[in-house]
Amino acid sequence: MAQLELIDVSKQYGNVVTVRDFTLDVADGEFTVLLGPSGCGKTTTLRMIAGFVEPSGGEIRLGGRDVTNDPPWRRNTGMVFQNYALFPHLTVAGNVAFGLEMRKVERAEREARALEALRMVRLDQYAERYPRQLSGGQQQRVALARALAIRPDVLLLDEPLSNLDAKLREEVRVEIRQLQRQLGLTAIMVTHDQEEALTVADRLVVMDNGEIKQVGSQRDLYERPADRFVAGFVGRNTFLPGRVVAPGAFESAGGLPVTFTDGPGPGPAVLAVRPESIHIAPAEAEANVFDGEVEFVTYLGPVLEVHVRLTPADKVIVHVPNRVGTRVDMGERIRIGWARESSMVFAGEA
Amino acid sequence: MIGSRRLGRIALRGVAGFALAFILMPLVLVAWLSFFRQEIPSFPPEGYSLRWFPTILDNRSFVSGLWLSIRVSVVATALGLAFALPASLALVRAGLRLSGAFSTLLLLPLVVPGVVMGAAIYVGELEMELATEWPMLGSTMGLILAHTLIVIPWAVRLLVASLSGVNITIEEAAKNLGATPWTTFRRVTLPAIRPGIVAGALFGFVTSFGNLEVSLFLVGPGNTTLPIAILQYLEWKIDPTVAAVSMVQITLIAVAMLVTDRFVKLSRVV
Repeated sequence: MAQLELIDVSKQYGNVVTVRDFTLDVADGEFTVLLGPSGCGKTTTLRMIAGFVEPSGGEIRLGGRDVTNDPPWRRNTGMVFQNYALFPHLTVAGNVAFGLEMRKVERAEREARALEALRMVRLDQYAERYPRQLSGGQQQRVALARALAIRPDVLLLDEPLSNLDAKLREEVRVEIRQLQRQLGLTAIMVTHDQEEALTVADRLVVMDNGEIKQVGSQRDLYERPADRFVAGFVGRNTFLPGRVVAPGAFESAGGLPVTFTDGPGPGPAVLAVRPESIHIAPAEAEANVFDGEVEFVTYLGPVLEVHVRLTPADKVIVHVPNRVGTRVDMGERIRIGWARESSMVFAGEA
Repeated sequence: MIGSRRLGRIALRGVAGFALAFILMPLVLVAWLSFFRQEIPSFPPEGYSLRWFPTILDNRSFVSGLWLSIRVSVVATALGLAFALPASLALVRAGLRLSGAFSTLLLLPLVVPGVVMGAAIYVGELEMELATEWPMLGSTMGLILAHTLIVIPWAVRLLVASLSGVNITIEEAAKNLGATPWTTFRRVTLPAIRPGIVAGALFGFVTSFGNLEVSLFLVGPGNTTLPIAILQYLEWKIDPTVAAVSMVQITLIAVAMLVTDRFVKLSRVV
């Protein structure tokens, strides 16, 4: 059963549409991530679910109940904010018990449940401290415990990791994911960080300009991006402008003939190829084989990132696995190639 | 140019010391004077005594003035806060289009000279009295209303500063956890701005308590505040009683500040 349903939800400020016809079903126990560049409407969507922003149209259903017109305090959502938003004048235990107090849970049970929630984030020994006495990572875990203590219908995470440094980010991310699985929580997280999104989500929703561009698993988004935007936003790609001249045949602006399997019919188009899909010194049997000159090499460790100029108008980026003895030098002439299935072609001008 | 930097430092300290001495001079002189034994202040003192302090109690207008000052200032501070709190909330939270203009307006009493304000309030209260036949001039109520105006700009200034420092997301967090707007205000916003409230109350109280110019227009016979009682006494006599009663007033304010500082670090809110 869908725990959370958004049906044609939209938000408009004056003439500016922030979210347009957003429709999404989130299953019970599913971890969904809204991913997109800043200003794409993902945070507005999350705030509409929490009730802080009133939708201009559409319907929001939580646990089967229409909550579209309910104020935040009558929805049972648990929100974790980017800046932790702990109450500075309450102890850690007081923070975590706040939601239970609002629900008129009696004192003894309240304290027991607050402590239990703190134990889940391994901070029960800090119960009597004040938020300012904790580190950023600990504060965010307290915020998480506070949201969990009320046993929310849906856990809402608004860029919860972006104020933390890289190491803590990893730690808190794993913690969030483990607890979500363990408790079978329905969760929605908003982030602009694709690595973060890819590592926690059951399902991702890529947004741009207030619209859903694609919904799918990590593999779906990476291997079968729905459009040019998703291809550019999730993972890396080289884009070559050009046109489809015949079914399965693309010609780049520089005149390179490229074959592909699925894609649009004749007309202006853009070709995308992932750097790791391109090989150097390919077998002659490979579909798309071209000669070029190495323009630039960056040593990334596991791979060498090689910029190869194929024609004055066409340049591709190739990730060459960094095996013993691998050497690619600037100015070198090399032959590269990729499989027909690795060509992703999208209709439209570049 | 050996030691030019050191010379600069010595000069800076000298100027700072001079400024401090200049500021403290009246305070020190008044304190010193209040312990003189002779009736006519002259230097050097003939000796020291505490006899001027008990004489304060013999002077009815000092005692009743002190009592009236305390009453007026306390009530005016409470009233001023009651106005300033919603006003500050509206200024900081409501996102009004004219909030800049409104906050300037609320701070205006700080800019208008006290005498001008006193005269204006005098005329205003006179008109009100004529229109409603309610005794305003010379009444404690009239005085309290005027002093409320003295308190408001201080309270607004400090509350706005305090509210601006409160992260609005903690209010959202409270609502998300099930708190209604009123509960959110009571349980989250109010505790967060407590330092501002305390500081606003203190500054409002101190300014109101020491006010002379506005009160001058509004007091009636037998109903004067302490600063006016002191002024009236000085018209006839210059004996150390005045210094002694000033010491009482200074001590009262100093104690209020010290007590406040124990709860809220004043240097952090002003």
